[in-house]
Amino acid sequence: MGIRKKRRAAVNGDICVACGCCVKVCPLSAIQIRHGVRADVDPERCVGCGKCAKECPASVIEIQEVQG
Amino acid sequence: MKKRWYDYLWIAELIYMALGFFNILFAWLGMLFFCIPLIISLIWGTKGYCNRYCGRGQLFGLLGGRFGLSRKKDIPKWMKTKWFRYGFLIFFFLMFFLMLWNTYLVFAGVQDLGQAVTLLWTFKLPWHWAYHGTLFHPGVAQFAFGFYSVMLTSTILGLITMILFKPRSWCVCCPMGTMTQLICKAKSGKQ
Repeated sequence: MGIRKKRRAAVNGDICVACGCCVKVCPLSAIQIRHGVRADVDPERCVGCGKCAKECPASVIEIQEVQG
Repeated sequence: MKKRWYDYLWIAELIYMALGFFNILFAWLGMLFFCIPLIISLIWGTKGYCNRYCGRGQLFGLLGGRFGLSRKKDIPKWMKTKWFRYGFLIFFFLMFFLMLWNTYLVFAGVQDLGQAVTLLWTFKLPWHWAYHGTLFHPGVAQFAFGFYSVMLTSTILGLITMILFKPRSWCVCCPMGTMTQLICKAKSGKQ
């Protein structure tokens, strides 16, 4: 049986507009807007559900598979 | 998730847009939507207004999300480039100063009060029914017509992007959002 890899949201900070739409939909409060500049994901909390990526108006959030 | 009082600010946005149909002088209230984001970003260095209090964003989120009026497609790449965002901000600024210039001309007595709302910086819509005279100088009303034009234009552009792309696509190129993000960048860079 294959081991399911963990998934996590990753923000492309260069084009993030820091609107905060992702923050509103995150069920685990795993994403925050840092200093009004970009969204920042807490890797300890994020489970990669993808709600933020779906909501992001600039589509700058990707759900990536991570090791461990 | 528990709703807070500021989650209902979309109602304030609706009321604001509606009041402009009855008395154009209410357009002055829009200065709050203009000044509060700037004050928050200048003092606290955050985009707290966009993140929590923007009634317009909430309205687009509601119409495009719960009411299903959005195609929920990605916006084109060029719309999220810095070139476009900063270019749009500069364009908005130029149009804003043109509006201030027109207001000045009325104050100076060079130009008569134009009782019209200019949509998309081009189309003049008759709006005389919302002007009932003023105790103040006609220039005060001219600013109200101009400011309401800016607000109505950006609401319409926001609705178009909401329908075509994701509900809050307007946030990507919103001049206020771009401006407050620039202020936050400058502030966080200093620290």
